[in-house]
Amino acid sequence: MAYANATHDAGHHDDHDHKPQGFVNRWFYATNHKDIGTMYLVFSLIMFFIGGAMAMVIRAELFQPGLQLVHPEVFNQMTTMHALVMIFGAVMPAFVGLANWMVPLMVGAPDMALPRMNNWSFWILPAAFTLLLLPLVLFFFGVGGGGPAGGWTLYPPLSIQGGDSVAFTIFAIHMMGISSIMGAINVIATILNMRAPGMDLLKMPIFVWSWLITAFLLIAVMPVLAGAVTMLLTDKFFGTSFFNAVGGGDPVMFQHIFWFFGHPEVYIMILPAFGVISEIIPTFARKPLFGYQAMVYAIASIAFLSFIVWAHHMFTVGMPLGGEIFFMYATMLIAIPTGIKVFNWVFTMWEGSLSFETPMLFAIGFVIMFTIGGFSGLMLAIVPADFQYHDTYFVVAHFHYVLVTGAIFSIMAATYFWLPKWTGRHYNEKLGKIHFWLSTIFVNLLFFPQHFLGLAGMPRRIPDYNVVFADFNLWSSIGGFGFGLTQILFAWILYDVCVRKRGIKATDQVWEGAHGLEWTVASPAPYHSFTTPPVIEDRMLAHGDVTH
Amino acid sequence: MTLTKNWLTRAGLALTALAFSLAAWAEPPHRWQLNMGKGVTQTSHSAYDLHMIAFLICCAIGAIVFGLMFVAMWRFRKSRGAVAATWSHNTMAEVLLTVVPTLILVGMAWPATKVMLRSADTSKSELTIKVTGYQWKWRYEYVGTDVNYMSSLKRNSDEARRIGSGVDPYSVEHYLLDVDRPLVIPADTKVRFVITSEDVIHAWWVPELGWKQDAVPGIINDAWTLVSQPGVYRGQCAELCGKDHAFMPIVVEVKPRAEFDQWLVAQQGGTVDAAAIAANMPATTVPATTVPAATVPAATVPAATASSTSAAAASNLN
Repeated sequence: MAYANATHDAGHHDDHDHKPQGFVNRWFYATNHKDIGTMYLVFSLIMFFIGGAMAMVIRAELFQPGLQLVHPEVFNQMTTMHALVMIFGAVMPAFVGLANWMVPLMVGAPDMALPRMNNWSFWILPAAFTLLLLPLVLFFFGVGGGGPAGGWTLYPPLSIQGGDSVAFTIFAIHMMGISSIMGAINVIATILNMRAPGMDLLKMPIFVWSWLITAFLLIAVMPVLAGAVTMLLTDKFFGTSFFNAVGGGDPVMFQHIFWFFGHPEVYIMILPAFGVISEIIPTFARKPLFGYQAMVYAIASIAFLSFIVWAHHMFTVGMPLGGEIFFMYATMLIAIPTGIKVFNWVFTMWEGSLSFETPMLFAIGFVIMFTIGGFSGLMLAIVPADFQYHDTYFVVAHFHYVLVTGAIFSIMAATYFWLPKWTGRHYNEKLGKIHFWLSTIFVNLLFFPQHFLGLAGMPRRIPDYNVVFADFNLWSSIGGFGFGLTQILFAWILYDVCVRKRGIKATDQVWEGAHGLEWTVASPAPYHSFTTPPVIEDRMLAHGDVTH
Repeated sequence: MTLTKNWLTRAGLALTALAFSLAAWAEPPHRWQLNMGKGVTQTSHSAYDLHMIAFLICCAIGAIVFGLMFVAMWRFRKSRGAVAATWSHNTMAEVLLTVVPTLILVGMAWPATKVMLRSADTSKSELTIKVTGYQWKWRYEYVGTDVNYMSSLKRNSDEARRIGSGVDPYSVEHYLLDVDRPLVIPADTKVRFVITSEDVIHAWWVPELGWKQDAVPGIINDAWTLVSQPGVYRGQCAELCGKDHAFMPIVVEVKPRAEFDQWLVAQQGGTVDAAAIAANMPATTVPATTVPAATVPAATVPAATASSTSAAAASNLN
């Protein structure tokens, strides 16, 4: 109790404390983890709508057979840029934003360990995306040949056939990589050095664990991507032949290097999601997370396995038989830790006392639909079947189930979950639920029929198709437009709380079943929190009791 | 007796009719197709079987997991007065939930491995065809003969697919899945394909044959097929290869052996066209007997041809 009073006092004090005056001072020179977290999240939302607009163009062109709206080269730019913007602009920065906001609050630290680097790692991003999007924007004003059109995977020789936009893309990727690495260093330094006394590693919230492991993945693979794209750059502009067969290079080598980055990258986008879901489900089940340690080890083993499965993205490239068998087995192994996580979420719900506020709805939606994406992932691991699935809409359906109903649903869940802590107000619960149900219905209409299209033989990345594929493409497009429009509701709900300051005042604990240090500070969280380390009692922690 | 016979005949006729209509319906791809086609080769049948095994296992696991979730969501609602338990651990359950999935995975990996071992063997083929991808068409060379030709999107599709063409895609037969000159192969014959590319990476895929294989410049991949059922099978390039990636279909016409032999002789008899193309081509670089089963990083692809083509392709785009 004494502790609670102390925080309360500190909160009051902090409310009037040292917020930098003036827009430039507050945001451009920001070193406060909450301000930087907010900027990451806003940036991510903007990118989500830009990438979404590109998806709308794609779905509009695929609405019916025949080419109606865009030329194939523009279509290819849309698919390429949609992926780059969503992956590097929407999903990754959203999770970094969540880490910035929540990791210090969850481990009882006053801020991130390296606040100035934190500022730098955010402010690189707007520059990087200006560079990335510039060729496309100029193209719409009639300047230049447009953005990259060789797919986000940038496979040579196709990717370097493009014009100078290749250089823009590559430098943008370099900058995003630097930003991610600095963000990751910051997360690791904060978690390892700035935990409040008593916050042992195995008492940390799962979200913090998931980010600690993700940060190591980022540091391991972003330089690999930087190396791969740098070799592309010199192949294109300086006459080297890393990936050029005529000069003694090997185009397939690029794919190996790219996917050595690319597969850990997909876990970079899903491990923090696992963390978020592992916070939300116990809260609304009012019951401790089932198998806390197993969850931690599962995340760690998924991270390890993510380094030895990369070539399952390239089964049809002509690998030796032994290689294909190895990568098939290793890929199938990932199903085990992933399965453990899903089972543990289900067991957390079992014999709980469940309520279904919006974050819980998104979390349950995540578990079900992410699992569907996991199932198709397991199917894709079977090499002889993959010879049929590979590069079809079946793959498109698979990775959108894990990335949209997986990563993005978890980001939305996290937003609703922590928004009252960030703003001090509850969002409009009714609108939140409508947002969930519309999103869920439309996203399934959007992506489920794509399984059928792929199985029937429709390749991915094509702007036009035979008429037998018309029916499900029509459904898919309707689902796409519906899902896109629904997100305007999401923006409205956020605007309503954050800008219009509507909504019921939130208590410090916010949710009845919430446990953890972040719920012991005031709502909204004071500008400076935990300026002195909190004294931690086990009952405050979601995972205090880890004796078994 | 007569009655029975009569009944049998009728049933037989009905079954035949049903089978016939099913066969017509089953010709993939067709509208509202939900599942993978079975295809016409042993490889495609294996792919289909493994696909179905994996799919059904996933359905079973899904039914259990989602079933438990829905039961939990119904029984343990706070609004129904559920009081939360406090347990968070069960060693038995955790061990079982690790071991059982492992066994299931082994059950899936085992048949898949058997299929892979069987499919990898490209030896004992009677005919080798070299497939070369270009932006945006395919070249087929019958190795050991001078028959080789380009195969590209059929003109009616090519006209219809342009923006503002005014042609309804529904009015074009086999829209985007038809070519000017299909690849012709003999039935009941093991045909080996050696696959490469002259510019960017393509992938050669006919779903009914049961596999796709990337066509990579500078590398020669190989694959094989054995089709017993004569017919026409359609596919598309499956690796993004530039602006007209959607417009380089593949059509394979399987002819009975004797008919194929006649066709090949007629081709060799020298349409001027084929001879002229052959004269411009480098000699076949892949003698049918010497290529090992996996890939050959082919320094053997003549550098001059490759570089001139990719330079041409690059200049087209710039």
